[in-house]
Amino acid sequence: MKNEFQVIAELIEKEKKVLDVGCGDGTLMEFLKNNKKTNIRGLEISKSKVQECIAKGLTVIEGNAEKDLAQFPDKSFDYVVLSQTLQAFLNPELVINELLRVGKKAIVTIPNFGYWKVRLHLLIKGTMPITKTLPDEWYNTPNIHMCSIKDFFYFAKSRNIKIFKSLAINNQNVSIINDGNLTIKNFIADLGIFLIEK
Amino acid sequence: MTTENNIKTLIVKKPLKLDCGKTINEYPIAYETYGSLNEKKDNAILIFHALTGDQFVTGLNPITKKDGWWSYAVGPDKAIDTKKYFVICANVIGGCMGSFGPSHEDPNTGTAFGTNFPVITINDMVNAQYNLLGHFGIDKLFSIAGGSMGGMQVLQFISNFPDKAKTVIPIACTSSHSAQNIAFNELGRQAIAADSNWKDGNYSSKDTIPNKGLAVARMAAHITYLSKKGLQEKFGRKLQEREDLKFGFDADFQIESYLRYQGSVFVDRFDANSYLYITRAMDYFDLAKQFKGNLSNAFKATRAKFFIISFTSDWLYPTQENKDIVIALNSIGADVGFVEIESDKGHDSFLLDVPDFLNALKNFLDKSYIEN
Repeated sequence: MKNEFQVIAELIEKEKKVLDVGCGDGTLMEFLKNNKKTNIRGLEISKSKVQECIAKGLTVIEGNAEKDLAQFPDKSFDYVVLSQTLQAFLNPELVINELLRVGKKAIVTIPNFGYWKVRLHLLIKGTMPITKTLPDEWYNTPNIHMCSIKDFFYFAKSRNIKIFKSLAINNQNVSIINDGNLTIKNFIADLGIFLIEK
Repeated sequence: MTTENNIKTLIVKKPLKLDCGKTINEYPIAYETYGSLNEKKDNAILIFHALTGDQFVTGLNPITKKDGWWSYAVGPDKAIDTKKYFVICANVIGGCMGSFGPSHEDPNTGTAFGTNFPVITINDMVNAQYNLLGHFGIDKLFSIAGGSMGGMQVLQFISNFPDKAKTVIPIACTSSHSAQNIAFNELGRQAIAADSNWKDGNYSSKDTIPNKGLAVARMAAHITYLSKKGLQEKFGRKLQEREDLKFGFDADFQIESYLRYQGSVFVDRFDANSYLYITRAMDYFDLAKQFKGNLSNAFKATRAKFFIISFTSDWLYPTQENKDIVIALNSIGADVGFVEIESDKGHDSFLLDVPDFLNALKNFLDKSYIEN
């Protein structure tokens, strides 16, 4: 399992009610269900991924986060998780607002566009960056709203979203991001994980 | 229990007060079972049939001598595995495969009830079938499942008996019949009524049944079960056993011949009055209305696990109407999964060999049973 999922799982206490938005093949859901006794639901847009989740015995709703989060009542989950899909939405701000409405807390992870390899790729090659977390070409990437860890930090501040915890992942290393080290973490981390609340 | 002409029947002694206000007593429920009930009696699945279905879910239907209506989904090692589960299915009241219906004899007149049979509802159907649980000594069903009108019965059943099923599988259905649904059913009913043999429902002898009207009703309905794309791919403008158009009104096109055939075989196995009663029950179905317009309240008392399935090309009970049920369940935090299956086969997809559907059904049931 991805290091990212380990880190997310550590942020969630046992026996909580969790919604995994864009749950993919259900890897994180299965881990939480088995290890944290989580009452877990998933929302996933891909029919084949939904089938994979059903085969694992997971409760998944086929749907689109931009439209289908609306059906969940306010604060109906302890945590809502959004792993590396924020940048793929037409309107990420609306999705963030929905996550914070539906969940008491939200955990959002973003591939960091401020990562030094991304910057170097653009600087040296002059073409759109391709990295381990951003593997697609510009013409077929689902990622239409890329942001950096710093961007997300500033966005949260400007919207009065409370950041409980922010973590930087660089390969296997996990470290805490704060106001003091933001610039350096934004440079060395390829993934940012944020525990937020509004 | 009695068995006559291969039809197993439970005579229900307990009176049933119908929604129309009348009460029925000592009425028969015809049913069939597959597989065996385990010692703990926790492996039973109650399947509800659709408009023209019956209790013969799988294997050879002893009456029609054709495969059961859900043979693709139910049987040994199939999605609903009868090696593992005990499957029960009953003919709905109002039907014509042994359960209490308009072709039964009215003791007051000595002839068939015909249109003197009370109008029944989906609610009445499930209340009647509930008696099967007591008959088999089952406290709680492992699952209830059904497509189309079967799905409506599933929704009504769990609403009426919230702690009597662990898992709930409504397929290709709706919580409330739409104007379009009612319109198509009315077309069928009027086709029957326009047949001079119908005689306001008082037909009896075999040779004067309103088979033309019933066949037209079936033809019209059959079109609604298929998708435009499916029809086009299967038939297109292909001609029926002829080189060119005949400039007449015979069945020039294969689709015409196909529909005529569907109509003609249907009248051999179905009763015209039953068709009227059952379509009426579907049209009256509005689960939200039973709960003052709030569908969520229909499911408030249950802790069952729901799995809702729709099909992309189903325009009779489209995905959105299935999703409305999902939304109602989510708004009360119920345990609900949902998948829309890609298929060109229209509303009939749930009856056909659609692997994504059958796999999803099997996986959901088998995984839920392990956790059981």
